[in-house]
Amino acid sequence: MWSEEITRNIQTVAESLLREGKVDLVLGYQAGTSPVRTAPAFIRTPQEASLLVWNPFCENNLSVYLPRRKERVAIIAKGCDARAAVVAVQENQISRDRLVIVGLACSGIIDRRRLALAVEVDQIRGFSLAGDSLGLETESGGQVQLELSGLLADSCQTCTHRSAPIADIFIGQRMPEREVEDEFAQVRSFEALSSQERWRHFMDMAEKCIRCYACRSACPLCYCQECIVDQTQPQWFGKTTATEDVLAYHIMRAFHLAGRCVDCGACSRACPMGLDLRLLNKKLQKEVKELYQYVPGLSLEEMPALGTYRTDDPQTCITEK
Amino acid sequence: MTEERCSQGEKSGQDGSWQPKVVAFLCNWCSYAGADLAGISRIQYPPNIRIIRVPCSGRINPVFILKALQTGADAVLVSGCHPGDCHYVSGNYYARRKFEIFSRLLDYLGLEKGRVFFSWVSAAEGENFGRLVKHIVDEVKKLGPANKLVKTIS
Repeated sequence: MWSEEITRNIQTVAESLLREGKVDLVLGYQAGTSPVRTAPAFIRTPQEASLLVWNPFCENNLSVYLPRRKERVAIIAKGCDARAAVVAVQENQISRDRLVIVGLACSGIIDRRRLALAVEVDQIRGFSLAGDSLGLETESGGQVQLELSGLLADSCQTCTHRSAPIADIFIGQRMPEREVEDEFAQVRSFEALSSQERWRHFMDMAEKCIRCYACRSACPLCYCQECIVDQTQPQWFGKTTATEDVLAYHIMRAFHLAGRCVDCGACSRACPMGLDLRLLNKKLQKEVKELYQYVPGLSLEEMPALGTYRTDDPQTCITEK
Repeated sequence: MTEERCSQGEKSGQDGSWQPKVVAFLCNWCSYAGADLAGISRIQYPPNIRIIRVPCSGRINPVFILKALQTGADAVLVSGCHPGDCHYVSGNYYARRKFEIFSRLLDYLGLEKGRVFFSWVSAAEGENFGRLVKHIVDEVKKLGPANKLVKTIS
């Protein structure tokens, strides 16, 4: 949900948390370099709290800044951001007692690329929101009206937790969940292709990838101090942009997120080549959910899927002789 | 390593004498002992297998499997103690979740079935080990040399 009132409440909450000394830092969003962009904001004084904004351009997952943070921190969290924060706590990347989750309900953020297809983004001077409609003012004084629902990011279209499931402070009302018929529909239709077609698709993806590692940097759960891809002794991964090396990286990136990925879509949005990295992640979410009935980021007590076991786990991969 | 692979590649192309290379990660406590038993029992099985002993199937990082396939293995076998028999109590239970997910991921990517095998072989199952290796080598011979994920140096 986006409204002036919620923005003001965020500013008030941030201001009072800092003024009362409950936290040292508030992670939020501030206006970006264009009216339709936001930038992460690191708010450390009550005065700065008025910089905070809240709109459907708040696309970054701010939980990326949580791991190993020593200060007491409050995070302005959409459903997916809060879930990523929960996983960070589960994995001891941040202490729960130093973290204040300021939960919000999010009706979905705007995919920059979709917006760029609809309008000349450079020409936008301002925007207004009313329900599902996004009004854009252009430089020439014109007005463009767009439907928010047509601009949503892919991950938002299959979102199952729009409101922060765990929050210390919740601003606004929790939202009813989106009616998603099958959140894994894309994975299922991809699975229906032949193995050659699937291989071809991933080879195409690997050919486009430039290995900038933006997906890794944007991911709130790719927090290793030294990524295995960067290790040189032993060197597990080739460093080239040969398709085999690139694909090996993407396989392990996805696998390392199995049972952890909260499907915030930050990887896909960060990709400068526009690769649909969620296609891999979503597959693993599906398997983890179907095999182990586990959905990450909803509970602080539950053990992550690959960090626990049951003695009667399915074992279809086992060859018996 | 590279030269060896190149020469093997040529061999497979010309006179059809290609023999698959199977890398087997066997846990120290069960499967490695099972392979040992197969040996001392004089059980015949194809010699295409290269055994790497690991402390536990839980030690297997899927990166090992990828790396093996990338650098010349035509198939990979990972084998450990039967569930419930792990020397470290639960290593193979954790491994089983990893393997289940990873094998499904490889399948999803479009890698042929029959490149990566997971199995449980106890220290008493020398015969089973022989049968397993024979099965794997038969399957891989049907598929031919690995060509996906293999890093070719031009």
